[in-house]
Amino acid sequence: MLKLSALTKRYDTGDLALNQVDLEIPDAQVLALIGPSGAGKSTLIRCVNRLVEPTSGSATLNDINLTKLSSRGLRKSRRKMGMIFQEYALVERLTVMENVLSGRLGYVGFWRSYFRKFPKDDIKEAFRLLDRVGLLEMADKRADELSGGQRQRVGICRALIQNPDLLLVDEPTASLDPKTSRQIMRLINELCSERGLTAIINIHDVLLAQMFAQRIVGLANGEVVYDGKPEGLTPEVLTQIYGEEDWTATIEKVDEEDEEE
Amino acid sequence: MGAVMVVINSGNDIEWRRRTTKKQIGIWLGWLVGISIVLFAWSVISEKTVWFFVQDAPRQAADIGSRMIPPKWSYITELLVPVWDTINIATLGTIIAMTIAVPVAFCAARNTTPHNSVRAIALFIIVSSRSVNSLIWALMLVFILGPGVLAGTIAIGLRSIGFCAKLLYESIEEIDESQVEAVKATGASNIQQMTYGILPQVLPTIAGVGIYRWDINIRESTILGLVGAGGIGLQLNGSINTLAWTQVSTILLVILVTVFISEWVSAKVRGAII
Repeated sequence: MLKLSALTKRYDTGDLALNQVDLEIPDAQVLALIGPSGAGKSTLIRCVNRLVEPTSGSATLNDINLTKLSSRGLRKSRRKMGMIFQEYALVERLTVMENVLSGRLGYVGFWRSYFRKFPKDDIKEAFRLLDRVGLLEMADKRADELSGGQRQRVGICRALIQNPDLLLVDEPTASLDPKTSRQIMRLINELCSERGLTAIINIHDVLLAQMFAQRIVGLANGEVVYDGKPEGLTPEVLTQIYGEEDWTATIEKVDEEDEEE
Repeated sequence: MGAVMVVINSGNDIEWRRRTTKKQIGIWLGWLVGISIVLFAWSVISEKTVWFFVQDAPRQAADIGSRMIPPKWSYITELLVPVWDTINIATLGTIIAMTIAVPVAFCAARNTTPHNSVRAIALFIIVSSRSVNSLIWALMLVFILGPGVLAGTIAIGLRSIGFCAKLLYESIEEIDESQVEAVKATGASNIQQMTYGILPQVLPTIAGVGIYRWDINIRESTILGLVGAGGIGLQLNGSINTLAWTQVSTILLVILVTVFISEWVSAKVRGAII
């Protein structure tokens, strides 16, 4: 279980990105975090694995207070938190296989990792994961040769090979076309339920959020303004999150989507 | 706030100018002062020049040129060892320089330096290496180590550290941080972040800078012999001093061919890397 209590982040510029956020995410829940740009979505998930240092408050994963960890303890805890990025953030000049195996860096010593001598089990698992996402024959390609959707799949493999308890997903579909976006979201969703993973997914696309998440949290100006079921996203709620706009089209589309499925 | 532009809005007519009048006049004044200085310097140089000698120049050049022809081809056999030395000075010097420049660059780059004081030391190494010409390094090293190839190699190495480290650290500062962030998020240690997140991004630059500097060093090492630091410059100096112009032309041709070959090699290698 991930528990955020009064999590606050004020950047050096004085901007208050997160303001006293309290959130409790039970195991195996997929949560979509929606909100306008600058609402603090990225900051929130980065405060969990401390790529951004929170100013105050705490984040607790399975009874470990992440905010209090030493750098050594933090590295150990980061192994249990897989992260997926908006622009994939693959190491472009390394191969697909190297990128996937880099998910094991927290478990493998420096020299072994430097000479690419990863344990047999890691390599087996890497191939299994690549097969699972349909990229087995790409293993030896360089990451910059892949398309956006393929890169994001590699990113997913890199996160999963960590054998994480928690997935932190930052705008996984923002750079992808609508069809690939759905495939990627479906894949993340399937993998989460296969492995019983908890996930926080930052996402701009309200529709996708409603289709794939069990719970939606709306963030505005660093504060939680909505926390509930996907069906609860009425025009009034969306206005509260994003501001005044004609939301009927968004809502209508959702209804059509539901009929399709 | 950035550029100052002017918008004059008078009734229904709107006018836009790139700069304010004041700034425009300032720029014109700057040009005026700059051109005046160039003209003044020109007149000073002109006064200090003995034009009698300069008027003579074409005839003198033609004279030396005619004495250089034909090159003394048989002299080439005596040049093979010095050319080999020259290439070795350049190659070994570049290797020494790169071995030192890579760690210095990581210490000098803002995003990888362990501490600001370390960064200051690294920047000092870079500046001091760059500010002294390799010929001057060689001059000093010949005094310390005695004449020969070793002095030349170290001179080339010392001069190249700053050049290579500067280009490298600028490239390290320009890497895509998100790739490093992703590696960091897996729980990788600092040194693993370096080898997985940063090194692959700067490897092409490391190779490119090394080759580029080697190319420059081939040229630089041809003159080190002038101060006794080994290489073909020794023969060049000797030939000029004894007015053996046919030997000089042979040496110049050999240098030309060597530089041409090094140019070709580095172009090929650079093409292969990128």
